[in-house]
Amino acid sequence: MSEDVIKTDALIVGAGPVGLFAVFELGLVDIKAHVIDILDRPGGQCTELYPEKPIYDVPALSIVTGQELTDRLLDQIKPFGATFHFGQRVDKLDRLDEGFRITTDIGTVFETKLLIVAAGGGSFTPKRPPLPGIEKYEGTSVFYSVRKMDNFRDKDVLIVGGGDSALDWTLNLQPVAKSVTLLHRRSEFRAAPDSVNKMLALVEQGDISFKLGQVTELHGDNGQLTSVTVKGSDGELFDQKCNVMMPFFGLTMKLGPIADWGLQLDENLIPVDTARFETSEPRIFAIGDINTYPGKLKLILSGFHEAALMAQAAYHYVYPDKKLVFQYTTSSTNLQKKLGVK
Amino acid sequence: MARITFIEHNGTEHAVDAEPGMTVMEAAVKNSIPGIAAECGGACACATCHVYVDDAWREATGDPQQMEEDMLDFAFDIRPSSRLSCQIKVSDALDGLVVRIPEKQF
Repeated sequence: MSEDVIKTDALIVGAGPVGLFAVFELGLVDIKAHVIDILDRPGGQCTELYPEKPIYDVPALSIVTGQELTDRLLDQIKPFGATFHFGQRVDKLDRLDEGFRITTDIGTVFETKLLIVAAGGGSFTPKRPPLPGIEKYEGTSVFYSVRKMDNFRDKDVLIVGGGDSALDWTLNLQPVAKSVTLLHRRSEFRAAPDSVNKMLALVEQGDISFKLGQVTELHGDNGQLTSVTVKGSDGELFDQKCNVMMPFFGLTMKLGPIADWGLQLDENLIPVDTARFETSEPRIFAIGDINTYPGKLKLILSGFHEAALMAQAAYHYVYPDKKLVFQYTTSSTNLQKKLGVK
Repeated sequence: MARITFIEHNGTEHAVDAEPGMTVMEAAVKNSIPGIAAECGGACACATCHVYVDDAWREATGDPQQMEEDMLDFAFDIRPSSRLSCQIKVSDALDGLVVRIPEKQF
């Protein structure tokens, strides 16, 4: 737990295109922002789901990829010097007199006057295989990530999947665990060829085993896994002994702890008013795919519009005694100074 | 127009008309067929539009391409008939297509 509290005007939850553009709109009205994202890089769905896929409906860009849009936004918001905090998820919200204390899952603490939820479809979290009773083993025998390698010492570890996470952890846990078995549905891998070759070499040396198949059932007591049933590639079932299982089936989006903050929700979306894009709670705004209002369209361009209006409303919380005069970046020397125009 | 029948895990059948050129996933989403999540919206990036193609239609729908086969690693209970419905393009040749929806996408 970090002792240092990060104080800021605004905390933006989500570094997708709309969260990034919120940095710009807030910056124009002199509101400094920190940005937090569960992923390890900016771009949200654009870079996580479709970095190479073209987007055709961003105004003035007849075609742009998810990655390029993200890169362009990062360039555009550079003058405002937002601080990014990647690889963490907002967890706890405490209400202060004029704002909030936000704590992340790894213990970073923020005190912010404003909270801007730009969390899209929610935070990316590992997919849970739909195996009956799996939740009873999570945290004790079933893990989706490794926080401490030592927890896997002397364990019979079963890793399921064929991507980079599965292969990386097979290689990393092999020297630590009692045994490592990699289970995958086919003999081809999406993972980097170098990792696959290293894995196959370990199999060759007899240091790990690789099996073809898919898990169909879990067995154990009190959260302690003892074995799993596997359907082999020939369709035959067999028993695989293990006391730790790590399934790697990619990521899905979940609203997560935001659902517990006491905000009014409508089927996992956050209702807002369309003048301010503020939620049921003052000082908490919601923009982009995560919000809902009559006529809502889940488009990047709508999120940009929402960010602009949000910033106008947010201004009065940070500068209650000042009057906000609307200005254009084209003509305002004041705005151009903020943008670093020479 | 091509008639596509989606069969839910519980046996409920939904027959819908799809225009050639759209994907089977789009036909499902447009008609609010339960059980097709299609989280990524058709980018072949999430494996939440997984279906089992009826055996009689497997030849007509063909085999998955490399990217789809890779993405199927992220789906659950994969069978030889598994496809991602966002990667099956509707054509007149698929008029009558039958696909089954898994119990859970995830």
